[in-house]
Amino acid sequence: MTPLHPFNANASGSSQSADKRKHALVVAVILLSFFSIVLGIAIGSTGLESLMQAVNDPVALKIILDIRLPRTLGAWLAGALLGLAGALAQGLFRNPLADPYLLGSASGASLGVALVLMFYGYSTEASSWAFKLGLSGAAFLGALASVGLTLILSRGVQHTFRLLLAGIIVGVVLGALTSLTTLFDPSIIQSMQSFLLGTTSFINWGSVRIMLVALMICLTLTWTLSKALDALSLGESTASSLGINLSTLRIALIAALALATGVAVAETGLIAFVGLAAPHLVRSLVKVTHNWLVLLSSLMGGLLLLSADLVARILTAPGELPVGLFTAVIGGIYLLRLMHGQNTRHEGK
Amino acid sequence: MTHTAAILENVNVSLGNRPVLHGINIEFKSAKWTNIIGPNGAGKSTLLGALAGLIPMTGKVMYPALLQSQPNSKEKARHLAWLGQNQLGADDLSVYDIVMLGRIPHQGWLSSPSAEDQLAVEQSLKRTHAWEWRTRSLKELSGGERQRALLARALAVNADILLMDEPLTSLDPPHQVDWLEVVKSLLAEQKTVITVLHELTISLLADEIVLLKCGQIEHQGSSSNPVTHRAIEQVFENKVQILKLNDRWISVPKITAEN
Repeated sequence: MTPLHPFNANASGSSQSADKRKHALVVAVILLSFFSIVLGIAIGSTGLESLMQAVNDPVALKIILDIRLPRTLGAWLAGALLGLAGALAQGLFRNPLADPYLLGSASGASLGVALVLMFYGYSTEASSWAFKLGLSGAAFLGALASVGLTLILSRGVQHTFRLLLAGIIVGVVLGALTSLTTLFDPSIIQSMQSFLLGTTSFINWGSVRIMLVALMICLTLTWTLSKALDALSLGESTASSLGINLSTLRIALIAALALATGVAVAETGLIAFVGLAAPHLVRSLVKVTHNWLVLLSSLMGGLLLLSADLVARILTAPGELPVGLFTAVIGGIYLLRLMHGQNTRHEGK
Repeated sequence: MTHTAAILENVNVSLGNRPVLHGINIEFKSAKWTNIIGPNGAGKSTLLGALAGLIPMTGKVMYPALLQSQPNSKEKARHLAWLGQNQLGADDLSVYDIVMLGRIPHQGWLSSPSAEDQLAVEQSLKRTHAWEWRTRSLKELSGGERQRALLARALAVNADILLMDEPLTSLDPPHQVDWLEVVKSLLAEQKTVITVLHELTISLLADEIVLLKCGQIEHQGSSSNPVTHRAIEQVFENKVQILKLNDRWISVPKITAEN
């Protein structure tokens, strides 16, 4: 072992290469995101010409500014919210397989959308701006209400395991209610379908603004909680012995989780696996404390969803594959690989 | 300087609906090593948890060195460090980052580690001989190495009272001796050490022994007192025998040859 310098240039004490790695990863993910955003602006049903003609063609400019740009930014933001929510859920439940929808928000959002669709009836008005706001609003309220219901059923936040079970129960029951609603009014099935599959095609500037604000709030909140999250990873007793109030921590985490998931689901529907895969991908590349993990998972989530959206758009152009379907397939394959990778590593030991 | 580190008054604990501790009244001497022993299920870990204020209970726990009877959570966390048994999780954090968590009670909510924090972490890691693998993550360590990293985490709190539940788990004999050295140096710094240990022979190296049986204090006394030895033998159903060897007390299993 090399002797230690009292004034080590490396202030954090962890190795410099580890520090370099995480900084490099931040830069790489941001650069790739920018690249994807540019691609997202260039790609669409009218092809590259729109970008070329944007300077002197008002229609092409409008396509880019009002359709492609918000959609591209929105896809990134929704992914970032899901990635952040995934990192939070995994920290809260101390389980790397936890996903942002665990507290029942997905089923609550679905039920909210189903009820609104049934209430208004499916009509050509569905494309109107006001109606869409109604759908997003319903999804958001549904997501928040289901998390609230989970909290009530688990009788508070004292027991993580009870919280998890309550979340599953809420998911099953609300899922059944959603099915019941579609059974009563089969005409809503098709529009339900597009929501359940997850899509970025409804994103407008309004959604971008909402998601940006939500992301800022959640990032700030979790940044203040990151130290406590690190402590929680050593177990509840240890965290508590370090003077951390577990109930306050859990409530703050659940609030951030509900906000991030609720907003993302409201704007893009149920997009699978991004929230689960983003933190995994980050952890497989660097080992970091939660302040970095949350930030990196968020950036990674944005990149994942945006690139998945791009591929989904390119693969089936000029038609479109719902991105949620695509992330589910890709995410499934990725997790399978991860699982087998771990197995072989353990067997190798 | 007070002579008592902690006082428990009429402490009752139930886990689920099962009462585990019944009306415990006990004082722990400061700047001494007290070891809690007893048969399986006697409530040893629960007693340690109650002492640390980590589990719901009725009754009173007081730390005379803390002037207020209701210290805030941060003051308490600085006064009392806790090392639990079989801690899982935190697999992805580096050993250094984990030990730095022990400095949370000393840090502002958003502040980054001070020079003092870094010094404390370095000293703790060196004390448990874990400094060399400070950049490795917890999942890359063996059970014994992991235990030493977690001990360093508890030491980094620099608390006056250190509570340890089965700290020798997965430590090999040389590292058990290293652990004893750490405890000795803590006592030399006037710190109080309270442990739950299964190994009777190592337990007998403590200053004080608390014998717990069925959620009640059976005996409390000096580890060199023959009365304590008889009480230990009795609590363990006379299946152990405490003998003297080279001025130390050791425990050996007692096997009665029957037919």
